Parts: sequence; structure tokens; C-alpha cells
Amino acid sequence: MPGRAERGALGTCLRVMHFGPHLLLAALEGLVTSAVLALTALGLSLVFGVMRIVNVAHGEFFMLGAVLAWAVSTAISGHPAIGFAAALVIAPLLVGLVAFLAEWLVLRRLNYNPESTIVATIGMLYIIQQLALTFYGPEARPVEPPFSYRILLPWFGYSGYKLSVVAASAILLVITWLVLTRTKIGLIMRATQYDRETAQAFGIPVERVYAGVFAIGAMLAAIAAVLIVPISQAHYLMGQDPLLLSFIVVIIGGLGSLRGTVVAAVLIGLSDGIISMFFSPTLAKIIATLVVAMVLVFRPQGLFGTAPR
Amino acid sequence: MRDASPAKTYALHIGVIALLFALNFVLPDYHQGLFARIMALAVFAMGYNLLFGYVGLLSLGHAMFFSAGLYGAGLTVHHLGWGVPQAFVAGVVCGALLALVIGLLALRTSGVAFMIVTMMFAQVFYLLILYFAAWTGGDQGLVIQQASRVISIGGISLDLTDPTVRYMSALALFAVVLLIALALVRSRFGRVLVAIRENEERTKMLGYDTVANKLIAVVASGAICAASGAAYALLFGYVGSNFASIQYSILPLLWVLLGGAATTLGPLIGTLFMYYVTDITSGFTSAYLLIVGVALILLVLFAPKGIMGSIRERWLGWLP
Repeated sequence: MPGRAERGALGTCLRVMHFGPHLLLAALEGLVTSAVLALTALGLSLVFGVMRIVNVAHGEFFMLGAVLAWAVSTAISGHPAIGFAAALVIAPLLVGLVAFLAEWLVLRRLNYNPESTIVATIGMLYIIQQLALTFYGPEARPVEPPFSYRILLPWFGYSGYKLSVVAASAILLVITWLVLTRTKIGLIMRATQYDRETAQAFGIPVERVYAGVFAIGAMLAAIAAVLIVPISQAHYLMGQDPLLLSFIVVIIGGLGSLRGTVVAAVLIGLSDGIISMFFSPTLAKIIATLVVAMVLVFRPQGLFGTAPR
Repeated sequence: MRDASPAKTYALHIGVIALLFALNFVLPDYHQGLFARIMALAVFAMGYNLLFGYVGLLSLGHAMFFSAGLYGAGLTVHHLGWGVPQAFVAGVVCGALLALVIGLLALRTSGVAFMIVTMMFAQVFYLLILYFAAWTGGDQGLVIQQASRVISIGGISLDLTDPTVRYMSALALFAVVLLIALALVRSRFGRVLVAIRENEERTKMLGYDTVANKLIAVVASGAICAASGAAYALLFGYVGSNFASIQYSILPLLWVLLGGAATTLGPLIGTLFMYYVTDITSGFTSAYLLIVGVALILLVLFAPKGIMGSIRERWLGWLP
């Protein structure tokens, strides 16, 4: 999700370009948004699909990933690529640990009651946000990209890093899909999702699966954040937009459907990129939120999902 | 509800109102102001409680009803120069109408979807306030001048900026809403709402129109929250978009959970408690949200019934 200032700068250079390249640039920006959004939303969707709980703190795990990426990459001197690579490994692991502890200490004791867990994750949201403000501060801080190669297109140069974000996210999505459909871990997760009690009766350690899924969901958000932080910046309030957009993606895509999530992320990312280039971002958000609320009201299974069992 | 003692119940509620009346003359200035604020916001919590506690519908969007009242009253005073009573009514009507529309849409969903839908409608409302910043003042908000916050009926004029008048106005609203809430939950309608919370299918099978009853509850809840918002705008003279943000949808939930859902006095106790906890702790930390977060988690983990709910369970079974 590119920052607002950057969108403004793009807007200025757009006025001197023709419509075709203009649209291409908007589409590229939208694709970067989509890539990051797909990863974040996938995390939310996994947690909802398997555990049947809505994690309101998901955006804060995203923010925590970005902030930790800043911390790790500034702690390590030398070439920016080394710091970034370290951040890409360490930040998601730490976020996963935090999520694991939160699941173990709080959610498990609530017996995954949907309403109590929402209240509890709202609590986590506030705690994480406040701790980030206290220890990281209110400033937005950049992380240096691992490389600064620009791909020269006939009309404009485009950041090679941004395209590599799209590629990295695509690879991660494919890996997640393979894990879910081709491995025993995926089978166990799907079995738990399909029918918790029967899975337990067949000796699946449901509690351990839940803890793992919650941690993986948070780690996906953290990875997305580490990827985006060289493009936008790390800020303690940056979790709010991804949370809302992930909700939108998960709802439009249909809950628990990986393909739906990816399709919806691309749809939302591209239209967000294009709409907010031509119209006011606030208006774009109003329309998107209203449309999604209406989808939930009139078609609760999502546009691509099937009716719930 | 083991309801056998209406006299005891009414005596308790009248007693609470009398106590609050007496406190006006005892409290130091600072706490008098704080109490006026707490009573106005306790009305917000009571409106939330009607839906969350009694019908069991967890909304994450009640900030929109509060701010519908806030802006309904604030904007009519600011732009149209309306008097205080008219503006207050305008605020309540705005909230009730908004609640009717939202209720018609959102009640088609239930459970988690209801929470997300209400949250999204509230987000739309919040963004609309920012979008129409030319009229609403956006995130800067509007200050309502002292001159337009005076009620004059006949020869008497009441200045809402005067601490005692402000306290008494907040108390009057609080008392009226408390008695309405008490009458409502003791009525047939109130018992139908509880029946819906406990088992909607069975209630439907017994011949009650659950959708209509839920819709009435949403509108009543929205109107009460709007009354709180309208009073807040007129008593404290400020309307701003942060009152429409998600945080103000979470706060009434927190107050009601803390005080005790589905108890008539819980909302007041919860609001009072939370306000004083933040007031005292803000002396040595600015991490106000941290306290809210920790309080939410501790509540759902260890005291899901809240203060009044636990008292009712342990000692006073007759408590409404």
C-alpha cells in the first residue's frame, strides 16, 4: 500500500503522461497493493477459516512486522540487503511468537467463543498499538530497500523492488497453497477446519493446530509488512488500513477460499490503485466500504464463496 | 430475572438518582465536571446495553448513533441557529432514523457478520464526516458558542455552560433514560428481547415476530445513544469526528462489559469506574489505550459478567 505522499507525486507526473501509460502505472501500483494485501488477507482468512474467530488485531501484527523490520534493519550495519534479509526472517518469527503467546494465554482460555475473542483481540489491538507508540514513537520511519534497480519502460522508469514484491508475494501464495493442499500439515488444517470435533476424535491435536494457525496467520501479515516497508514507512497506526482492506478482501472473496482471497485482493488492490488516482481517496474508501457492507448484507457467503454448511 | 420485589427495585434506582443529585453539592469543581460527563456518557452505555445486554446483538458501530445525535444537534445549532431543545430533538430524530435504516440492513445478518457490518457502516459514517469537512469541520470539529447554549423559556434562562446547570441537565437526562430503561426491561417487550437473546428460534416458534422486536430494539438503542450524543454536544460545546471513530464504538462495549451487561445500573458503574481508572492513571502514564486493552482482555477472561452482573449472581438475585 503506497503512502499518500507518493500517490501525490505520482499524480503530478501523471498529468504530463498520456492515458495508456497513465493507466499502466496505476495498474502497477495497484498490483503492488494487491500482492501485499493478498498475503495479509490470507492470514486473516486462514485464522477465520480454521479457528472460526475474527482477529481484529490482525492489522497490528502487520504493523508490528513493519516496526520490527525497521528495528532489525537499523541494528544491522553494512549493505541494506543484509539488514533487509535479516528483517525478513526475524520480524515474522517474533510476530509469530507474540501471536502464539496471545493465543495460548488468552484465546484458548476463552474456548474460541466468537464474541469473547473479538473483544479480546480488540484489547490486543490497543495493547500492541500503545506499546508501539511508547517504544517506537509517533514518527514514520523508512527502511532502505535491499536494492534500488529501476526497470526502464518506454514511458517511465519503475522500481524493480516493487516488482520483486509482487513476485515474492506470488511465490509465498503458491507455497501456502501447496502446503494446504499437498502436505500432511495442510490436510490436518483442512480437517480441523471442516469439522473440529471429528478431527479431534481422530487424534488431531486441535489446540496445537489452532496455535499454529494463529501464529502463521500473524506471520503472513508480518511478512507482507516487511515487504512493503521499504516502499511506504513504518508507523504505529499503519495497521488500520490493512485490517479494513483485509476484511473487505476476505468478505468479497468468500471465507476460507484461497483462490477467492487472491482474486478479491487483485480486484480490490487494482481498483483501489486506480480509483484513488482519479478520485479522492476518502470517497474511494467510502464507496468500497459501503459496497462491501452491502455484499455482507445481501450475499453473506461472498461473491466467490459457496453457501456455508 | 427473579423478579419479586418492584418496590425494592424502584427504591434502589430512585436512591441512585437522589445520590447523584446530592453529589452535586458535595463534589469539588473538577469532579463535578467529570461526573456530568460520566452521566452523559452513561446514557450512551445504557443505549448500547439495551441491544448488547438484552438482545445479545454485539454492535461495533454504535459510534455512528452517538455521533448522529452529536452532529444532529451540533450542526443545527451551528449552521441553522436552532435553539437548544429543538437541536436536542433533531439529534435524537437523526439517531433514530439512522438506526432504522441500519437496523433494516444489518439485521439481515447475525453473529460475526452483524459486528462487521455495523463496524463498516460506522466507518462509512465516519468517512462521510471527514468528506463533508466544509460543514462538519472534519477532524478539527466545531466549537458551539456559549451564546447558543442557553435555554430560555419564558423569563427563565438556563446557561448550559454553568457547572451546576450542566450537572443537573446531565442528571435529568440520565434519570429519565435510566427509568425508561428500567420500565422497558421489566415490560413484556423487555422479556421478549431476553427470550430472543437466549433462543431466537424458540421465541419465533412461540409466535413472536423476532425481526420486528429486534428492529424496535435497534431503533430504541440508536435513539438513546443519539440522545447522549446530542446532550454531549450541547453540554460540552464541541463536536468532532473522533467521536465517530471506531474507538467510540468500542468504549460503550467496554463500559457495559465492565459494569455488567443486561443490568440497568451496570452502564453507569462501568462508565464511572473506567473514567476514574483512566483519570487516576493518566497522572503517571499517557498509555491510556494500554489500560483499555488490558481491561478488555481481563474482563472477558475473568469477569465476563461485569461488576453488577457478579453482584447479582453472588448476592442480590433481584437486581434488574
